[in-house]
Parts: sequence; structure tokens; C-alpha cells
Amino acid sequence: MTTSTPTSTHTRAGEPDRRLPALGGFAPGALRIELRRVLRNRRTLAFTLIMPGVFFLIFGLPQGGQSLDNGRPVTAYVMISLAVYAAMVATTSVGGAVATERALGWSRQLRLTPLRPAAYVATKLITAMSLGLLAIVVEFVVGAAAGVRIPLYVWLLSGLAAWVGSLVFAAFGLFIGYLAPAENVMQIIGPVLAVLAMFGGLFVPVEVLPDVLQQVAKFTPVYGVGVLARAPLTGDGLNMAAVANIVAWALVFGFGAARLFRRDTARV
Amino acid sequence: MTSTNPAVELDGLTKTFGAVTAVDGLSLRVQPGEVVAFLGPNGAGKTTTIDMLLGLARPDAGTVRVLGSTPDNAVARGRVAAVLQTGGLLKDLTVGETVEMTSHFYRHTRPAVEVLERAGIADIANRVVGRCSGGQQQRLRFALALLPDPDLMVLDEPTTGMDVEGRRDFWQALRRDARAGRTVIFATHYLDEADAYADRIVLVRQGRIVADGTTAEIKNLAAGRTVRATLPGADQATLAALSGVDAVEVRGDSVLVRTSDSDAIARYLLTRTDARDVEITSRNLEDAFLALTTAHTGA
Repeated sequence: MTTSTPTSTHTRAGEPDRRLPALGGFAPGALRIELRRVLRNRRTLAFTLIMPGVFFLIFGLPQGGQSLDNGRPVTAYVMISLAVYAAMVATTSVGGAVATERALGWSRQLRLTPLRPAAYVATKLITAMSLGLLAIVVEFVVGAAAGVRIPLYVWLLSGLAAWVGSLVFAAFGLFIGYLAPAENVMQIIGPVLAVLAMFGGLFVPVEVLPDVLQQVAKFTPVYGVGVLARAPLTGDGLNMAAVANIVAWALVFGFGAARLFRRDTARV
Repeated sequence: MTSTNPAVELDGLTKTFGAVTAVDGLSLRVQPGEVVAFLGPNGAGKTTTIDMLLGLARPDAGTVRVLGSTPDNAVARGRVAAVLQTGGLLKDLTVGETVEMTSHFYRHTRPAVEVLERAGIADIANRVVGRCSGGQQQRLRFALALLPDPDLMVLDEPTTGMDVEGRRDFWQALRRDARAGRTVIFATHYLDEADAYADRIVLVRQGRIVADGTTAEIKNLAAGRTVRATLPGADQATLAALSGVDAVEVRGDSVLVRTSDSDAIARYLLTRTDARDVEITSRNLEDAFLALTTAHTGA
């Protein structure tokens, strides 16, 4: 039976549905599994949900009773800063996981399915932003439980700014993820994030850094998010330099990631 | 409906990597329902050909049609599925989750339970992929390939790295799944696999097809015998023209004649030439394979 004639009969019960999937294969079901996967990863949970909370209890709580210039608690300042940190680590780690999946060969496996690369990236972005949101909420819950009291609008606006700002780091993570395949990408960028957070005033106010470093810090990618997220608390209003910082870095990482992504998906 | 198009049409396919020509003007047509073994040694160009067949690599020259359309389109519609050597799996998902996740990428798939069953891994659906053996992971890749119920299944050395038992289990699963209408193309460098599971064998060497026929025909290539004799200054052309002769090779004072009629050649050599030390040996499939897939043959 080397050849069958074109009219040979199939024993199959009906021809399968051969239409293309909607949205390039993007599906809530796959997203759900992605989220479950992320929440099962002990390392991710330790660095995004537990560690920032512990940091708050160690470094924020002892400053209880102290006030900012406008009378709001210093603990809220620390809590919001650490929420930004938690969100950036969360979104970076999900984006950076692309490097792991490329190293494992999963992205190649996906190319044997109808899933379009853009749908894959969309899934990663939503997963990243979901984990980022969760990281912020956990940090805020720890803060609230430890006695941080601020007006509702500050909780909401600061949380929103921290969350939207973490999109920069989802892009950063994807950028790193498409830079090179690596199984343990977070071990490499974890320390980088810590340094960036330092420059961004998330661990100590930028004002305590030496003058030269302060000037440099304003151009680093965490600075803008930090300033913006704390603005509702400090009452500083919309800082256009901070907004410009966020937009600029979002563009840098976004375009960088898109460029590397195209290189990765190009056929050779 | 059944397509009237060939399952696979490769025409003048060429691919070079720097100075190396991996695939060299390869043309192949596979009809729906055929089970074809792509047989050749490592580096013969099998994987590169399959990559182009699936749209994972772009040919430098030549065309690829899969079920009458482009490879990308055939993949996106679930008409072709593949088990590759390089396709990785997420170690932190379970076997069942991997199948479920992949099923979401398609418009329509067979039920997850069914493909797990058919791949013989239903009992380990809850096992984390990182804890599965190489053979189990390979059967998981096979289960993923079964999801869209493809018209064409491509397998690139699916049993590499498996032990004997793993290989047998894998082929049993593939065989259980075999159904009328599904075309299967698998690359292998195991002769016995090609012999046992294919209807048609395509032998490739250095990016070219060196033999193509039914398993029986390929075996016939090996059915002949080799007559070796010492004959200085052998007249290669005259020997080659004798009936039944497949090939004549001169190595120094020795001449080797591959033929389906060894008696006639021996008689000729002993009566019409000064040949001495005549030896007749029979060949097996292994010899045919080696002869066809190694470079040194021919004058």
C-alpha cells in the first residue's frame, strides 16, 4: 500500500475543523494555565510576594510614628516603594521567563502549533501584569495589616501608578528574554533589578544618595515609576520628568523587545 | 473532504549553511496515506529537510507544498503536526496541563484524554514533565501532535535516546494510532525502524535522495550478491554492461561487481578474463544502506 488513490475513503468520523484559531491562538484557557504555573513557582513567589513584605516589616515598620513633610506616615512611603519593587520584580520575571522557554525549546515546540508569536507575547504580558498586580496587593495588605493608614484615593492611585509603571518592566523582562536563551535568567537580572531599585529610590530615598548619583538616578528606569507611585502620598502632583522617564524607558524596552522578538521569530 | 493534492511536494529543495550544503536539490512527492521512512546517516540532511517541510526553515532554493498549501498554513490549520528532536517541553507543567494548554492554541482538537490514551501516557497525566523519562516526554510530544488529528504526521528521529523498550513502546503507540488517510513521514537512522514501520523508504545521503522505493524494493537492492576477484586492468565498462550487474567498482587490482546474477558473473570472470581469487558474498539491507549512504563507492 505505497500509494492510495485520491478518492480513497477515510475511516475517520468527519473531517476535523480546519479553520484558523481566533486571535492567533490567544486563549483564556492557556492564560489560566500560565497563571497557575507562575503561582506554583516557589522562587517567583518568594521574590515577588514574600520578600517585599518581609522587607516592609524589617525596614518600614521600625519607622512607625514618623511623618513626611505633609504629615503622612513614612511607613506608607516605604510600603509604596516596596510595592513598586515587588511589581517590577514580578513583571520582569514573567517576561524574562521567555529566555527559559527558549532555552528549553518550548518556543520551537509552539511553532508547530497555530499559536502566533504575538498571541504568545500577549499571554506573557497579561500574566506578567496579573502577577504584578498581585504583588502590589499583597504588599499593601501587609502594610495595612501592619497599621499603615492613608486615604483611600492614595491606596488606589499609588497602586495604579505602581501597576501601570510595572509595564515598563514587563517589556524589560521580554527584552532580556529575547536577548539570549538562558535557563536561570532571574539569577542574572535579580541583582540588576536590585541596583535599579536602589537608584530608583525604592530602598532609600534618592535624596540620601551622593549628589552625582542623584543626578544619574533620575535617568534610570525605576526612578520615574517610584516618583509617580508616591506622588499621591507626598502630594507632589504630576511630575512630568517622571512621566517622561517612564515613557522613554517603556519605548526603549518595548522597541528593544519587539526588535529581538522579530529576530527570534524570523525563519533562517 | 479528502484532498486530491499530494501530502508533500518538495521540488528542488536546497539549503546551505555557510560552505556546507545540507540539502542539495531534493525533490520528493508523498501521496496521502503513505508511511514514509526518511532514512540516512547523521548529517544526511534529514532534519534540515523536515525543518523546511514544516516551515521552520526557509529553503535557499526550491519549493515546499504541504497538502496543497504552504507549510505555515498547514501547521496553523492543524493539518500537519510534528514530533521534533528539538521541541522542548515546560518542565514545571504536568503532562495533562501540557496537552490542555496546547489544545487551546487550536480551533478544534481531539479530547485531551483521548490523545493521552493513544500516546499511552494517560496514567501519568498528573506527573510533572520534569520528572518524566525521555521516552515519556517523547510520547507526550506525540500526544501533542495527535491533538489536531493531523492529515500529515512528521516525526524526526522520534526514538533517539530511548532504550529498546522505549522504542518499542513508542512505535506501538504510533502503530495503534495508524489510521487510513493519515500520512506519516519519519526520519530515522535505524534501519530496523524503517523496515518495520514504513511502506516506502527514501534513502538520503549528503542532502540528496540516493534511493526511493517500497520497503521490498529497497530490500531487493540488497538481495543481490557481490562478486570480488583479483583482475589487474579490469574492463569496468564491459563488466557493467553484463546483464544483472548493478555496479562495478575497481580497487587497485581488485574488482567488485554487485549483481543479481552472481553465477553468471563468476562464470564470465573465470572463463573470459584472467580473474583469480573469485569470492562471492551475499549482501543484506545493512550493506545496501551502507553502500547507498556512504560516499566512497564508485570509481
